[in-house]
Amino acid sequence: MAHEGVKHDYHLVNPSIWPLVGSASAVLLALGLVVGLKGILGIPKGSWWLLALGAIGVLWTMAGWWVDVTKEANGGDHTKIVSIGLRYGMMLFITSEVMFFVAWFWIFFEMALFHHVRVGSPIDDVRTAWASWPPKGIEVVPPLQLPLVNTITLLLSGTTSTWAIWALERNDREGAKIGLILTIALGMLFTFIQGYEYNHILTEHLFYSPESANAGLYGSAFFMATGFHGFHVIIGTIFLIICLIRLMNGGFTPTKHFGLEAASWYWQFVDVVWLFLFAFLYLIFGAGWGH
Amino acid sequence: MAEIADTHGRVAHAEAHGGYGDHSGAPGFFTRWFLSTNHKDIGTLYIIFAIQAGIIGALLSGLIRLELMDPGVQIFVHGSWLDQISHLGLPGVPEASKHGYYVAVTAHALIMIFFMVMPAMIGGFGNWFVPLMIGAPDMAFPRMNNVSFWLLVASWIMLLVSTMVDGGPGRGFGGGWTLYPPLSTIGHIGPAMDCAILSIHLAGASSILGAINFITTIFNMRAPGMTLHRMPLFVWSILVTVFLLLLSLPVLAGAITMLLTDRNFGTHFFDAAGGGDPTMFQHLFWFFGHPEVYILIIPGFGMISHIVSTFSRKPVFGYLAMAYAMVAIGFLGFIVWAHHMFTVGMPLNLQAYFVAATMVIAVPTGVKVFSWIATMWGGSIEFKTPMLWAIGFIFLFTVGGVTGVVLANAGIDYALHDSYYVVAHFHYVLSLGAVFAIFAGFYYWFEKMWGVRYNEALGAAHFWITFIGVNIVFFPQHFLGLQGMPRRSIDYPQAFYFWNHLSSIGYEITFVGLMTFLVVLVEAAVRRRAARANPWGEGATTLEWTLPSPPPFHQFNELPVIHAESH
Repeated sequence: MAHEGVKHDYHLVNPSIWPLVGSASAVLLALGLVVGLKGILGIPKGSWWLLALGAIGVLWTMAGWWVDVTKEANGGDHTKIVSIGLRYGMMLFITSEVMFFVAWFWIFFEMALFHHVRVGSPIDDVRTAWASWPPKGIEVVPPLQLPLVNTITLLLSGTTSTWAIWALERNDREGAKIGLILTIALGMLFTFIQGYEYNHILTEHLFYSPESANAGLYGSAFFMATGFHGFHVIIGTIFLIICLIRLMNGGFTPTKHFGLEAASWYWQFVDVVWLFLFAFLYLIFGAGWGH
Repeated sequence: MAEIADTHGRVAHAEAHGGYGDHSGAPGFFTRWFLSTNHKDIGTLYIIFAIQAGIIGALLSGLIRLELMDPGVQIFVHGSWLDQISHLGLPGVPEASKHGYYVAVTAHALIMIFFMVMPAMIGGFGNWFVPLMIGAPDMAFPRMNNVSFWLLVASWIMLLVSTMVDGGPGRGFGGGWTLYPPLSTIGHIGPAMDCAILSIHLAGASSILGAINFITTIFNMRAPGMTLHRMPLFVWSILVTVFLLLLSLPVLAGAITMLLTDRNFGTHFFDAAGGGDPTMFQHLFWFFGHPEVYILIIPGFGMISHIVSTFSRKPVFGYLAMAYAMVAIGFLGFIVWAHHMFTVGMPLNLQAYFVAATMVIAVPTGVKVFSWIATMWGGSIEFKTPMLWAIGFIFLFTVGGVTGVVLANAGIDYALHDSYYVVAHFHYVLSLGAVFAIFAGFYYWFEKMWGVRYNEALGAAHFWITFIGVNIVFFPQHFLGLQGMPRRSIDYPQAFYFWNHLSSIGYEITFVGLMTFLVVLVEAAVRRRAARANPWGEGATTLEWTLPSPPPFHQFNELPVIHAESH
């Protein structure tokens, strides 16, 4: 967009409907969740249509916003200084995501590392429950089977995403497409394996133990930490798919492809979170090596 | 016409960049205010939002003080006037019951923190003046800036819904802004708490996006020549604040997500019966909560520095020390959280650490207070309304800081924890600190933002009435705390009558002050005295004073060049 008399390279964005639509959808999403769980506003519990409406609105916003940004990028609004700003923005977003996972690791380490040293509790049940991690009598996921496969899958996908960028920077668009498609495929494989493993845990009652009051906690920490990671894998996969579509449509150049880079950064972040999950949840504390 | 600051940072030219003083180039009403991508318009939206939320929060505190005016239960009881209003189904009026009182207390805190102070300081003044002060045409991500604002509205809607739906013990959530389990899990099984959790999620998302935007703007869009060490202190204060937001809010998001899943999806994070630990929530919460209280005050530090310097006609004493004191306070804010939890049964060594670390904060805070005083020392001081609020801030914030050092001692905290002494302490730093800073900034930038002048006499009246009122509200609460009156209590024995009654009379005076503020706004809107580009003269040296009041819709089409220190 051209502004009269503007002598700087910053991007003055045109007014946009998406913030308003997105926020309205967010209200519907939040209300819809409470309606579905508890039933408010005269809508009975268990009706999920409001949530669905909100989710559609959020997805619509994401799509519309993404299309706008892509148009602006192709229209030359992303000057050098603007693209430095985008880099800052993405790095800071990933930083905030790291802090989100700090919460889940914090509660996990609290349970795994520190509770057993606080067995001074006067209540016998608490003392025995906290004396060991994983809690006494529960069966955990063997770390060197599917979790190891998943670790290799994600590490490999990190490599292929770098391959895609490397190829694009050398103007090898076919190579970039192959790299990206492989990354997306490996990401989907990871999600599939994780789903399979969850199903296995649930059907085999792995985290369940009649002798330990602490068993529920192990499952809580495990499912929430790995579940949020899985959710981020799905977001990262969507991000990569958007990049693939842009690449197929002739977007990105060897010098300008920050969308792809951002997707790759995000993917590496998801990768690193998994390495921590694998090392601590599955390997060290899952197998009882912690203490 | 791009060089504006000389070697002493004095403003050399005061004419417009781009040359249009009116809002030519601004789009139509709906586009301008609902689809905005303009930092000044979004800042204005934030300020209007903060004012309406502040009025609701102040009315809630009125309900609290009226209830505590006399022993016994008067307002939050069947048959009272509040009961009658509540039966009319007015939205947002807590029902008349003891639970309703706790809903009022909780809502007052959440509203004042998330919907008044933060939107005013960061969303309002930050949006308005960070780009102006660093010589940028707008924020780095103007569209994301707008989603930050509208997500806050979304969050506000969820909070209002929360006060209207069933909480379990009654309408609304009444477990305090700290949301401690088990009160926030099995204590309030109704949908009100779920709405409150999602409200905080939305407010958090809004603030995180805002933080990303501010950091990128400050790092990437400073005018040529404006190094970090030449950046105005208000910009420094916002930079530190948004870093705290960026790093602490996601942890809160995790913690309240655990609450949500404990409530609805059968996890046991905070449920001792399932092996969980309710004190873990307190750790996660205060890892956010302590940085949060600095988020509320640090932008105020920045504003007070500018105002004290402007009205003393002297540069800020110890500019670099002032900037790095804020950085130090921000850093220390992350490593002192458990001083809110001395009484939960922490090991002695841990208590000793948190006492020591907390005390250290007094050092950079002292640097700031003494530097403000040193800035005034020997200056040509002009007691305009912003300066009155700024001096009030320095005095009252220091009182709150001193009681903070008292509370930092675990041994003393054992006696004072959850007493009215704590209430007095944090109202001195927030209600009398942060709010005074907001008013100081509001009057300082009044002409710049609204394009009209306020009435100096009315502004001063607003200050003096409020100053007297809030001190009568909160000073006696120190005595109540020392006498042992617990906070969050709807009733009290006769022995606490005198100071409670006095405190409530103080509220009535403060309420008159609030009305005076509205009179100031109406008077200025009706009289429409034309604003000056720089009403404060040579003491006001930052870039926003080089622009007309109000500034053009898009400023700095040609970027200013900074040649020397312009703080």
